[in-house]
Amino acid sequence: MYDQIAANKRKTFVLIAGFVLLLFLVGGAFDLLFSGGVVGIVIVALIVIASSIVSYYNSDKAALAICHAKPADPHQYARLYNLVEGLCIASGLPKPRLYIIDDPAPNAFSTGRNPKHAAVAVTTGLLEKMNRIELEAVLAHELSHIRNYDILVMTLTVTMVGMIALLSDSLLRFRFFSARHAGPSTNDRNANDRHDSDRNDPIGIVLSAFGFVLLVFAPIIAYLTQFAVSRKREYLADASGVQLTRYPPGLISALEKLKGDHAAIDSASKATAHLWIEEPLDKETNRGYTRLNHFFDTHPPLDDRIRALQAM
Amino acid sequence: MGAAIIVIVIVVLIVLVFVAGYNGLVRLRNRIDSAWSQIGVQLERRHDLIPNLIETVKGYAAHEKSTLEGVVEARNAAIQAKGAGPEQQAQAENMLTGALKSLFALAEAYPDLKANQSFLALQEELTSTEDRIAYARQFYNDSVMKYDNKIQSIPSNIIAGMFGFKSREYFQAEQGATEVPKVEF
Repeated sequence: MYDQIAANKRKTFVLIAGFVLLLFLVGGAFDLLFSGGVVGIVIVALIVIASSIVSYYNSDKAALAICHAKPADPHQYARLYNLVEGLCIASGLPKPRLYIIDDPAPNAFSTGRNPKHAAVAVTTGLLEKMNRIELEAVLAHELSHIRNYDILVMTLTVTMVGMIALLSDSLLRFRFFSARHAGPSTNDRNANDRHDSDRNDPIGIVLSAFGFVLLVFAPIIAYLTQFAVSRKREYLADASGVQLTRYPPGLISALEKLKGDHAAIDSASKATAHLWIEEPLDKETNRGYTRLNHFFDTHPPLDDRIRALQAM
Repeated sequence: MGAAIIVIVIVVLIVLVFVAGYNGLVRLRNRIDSAWSQIGVQLERRHDLIPNLIETVKGYAAHEKSTLEGVVEARNAAIQAKGAGPEQQAQAENMLTGALKSLFALAEAYPDLKANQSFLALQEELTSTEDRIAYARQFYNDSVMKYDNKIQSIPSNIIAGMFGFKSREYFQAEQGATEVPKVEF
């Protein structure tokens, strides 16, 4: 269990380092292919960062509003409050706000930028279908997301994806723009000379081509990395949750029940998919769901998660 | 001149490392103390829930005197043991746990009692209080482990040695606690 926690943290670090590397490569390609006139890019980059900061601070309100979550009444949901309080004692976390979502599909999510401003929401379906031990295991998983600052991690990741996509996109546009400018429309002999000498420079061409390929694929690579980070954090939350309850069979039993339940959450969307304990979007109706599609999953397959828990 | 600056920088860095290490040890030690009193808080809570439980059960199973009295006695003993030291306290609390288990097993034979809302609410509260006691003990042990790790690892073991940070004891399960209590009707 401790090994899995350490391994998942290492893998997250490696993935995010890979992200930063990708960002540097794209930035380098940027310098290589287009020098000067970066003001527009800087402004938009600042907007990306600013919007990420705003969304990070309001992440809990937004996520809860999208799912029509209502605050849970302490008397009606005494068991829920008791279980959360026990887990908070075990982890030393302050108590998060609790919400209920009226939906028969069993699922739960947690949100909030740090443990002091956290919230956990569960569906009525989850409360009905899980027994006490399974419910506790699910809540431990959700609290672990808060404990591991996963909202922060995912916000950083999404911001970096945004930056990479932005840079790549603008680089591609600027390339075409500058290529047009250096074409036959200009009468300036100097420009033509430069153009000719560029065309004769083999290393420059190779680098340009490489940069171009990188730009086209960078957003896709960035998105795949984002989903890989999301999956690793799910494994980490499973392991951290079990560290709290010290009882892997509880979470295994809960995941088995989730496996058997195919209903999809009404109010879930792609934007909030990564927050839930189980992939909320309906996969059954997806014809031709091949192995490639799995790279875009925000959650690892339930079977893999169960196997990892059984190995503890 | 250059050599003096380097020496000063190194000294400042060492001081910072020491300060950070010392503060970290203080934080962990205080967490252990806080965790210990958290256990006490949950044990108190259990003591406070029991009178209501006794009254509710008496309404349906008044003739089960021995079991009811057993619980009351165990509770009083546990409250008294608070001043006597952690070992006696833990022993008394384990006795109380055993007495409560017998009481709840007994309640299985009284369907009216089992359907009573107050009884169910109390049962839920007591179950979760038992959980909380267990989690508080777990958190205490986790805190002791982190603290022990720190005072035994380099470089914080140097700081620990210098300022007298000693290892703390884990909370152990009592000899009797790992046995399943016998339930007799």
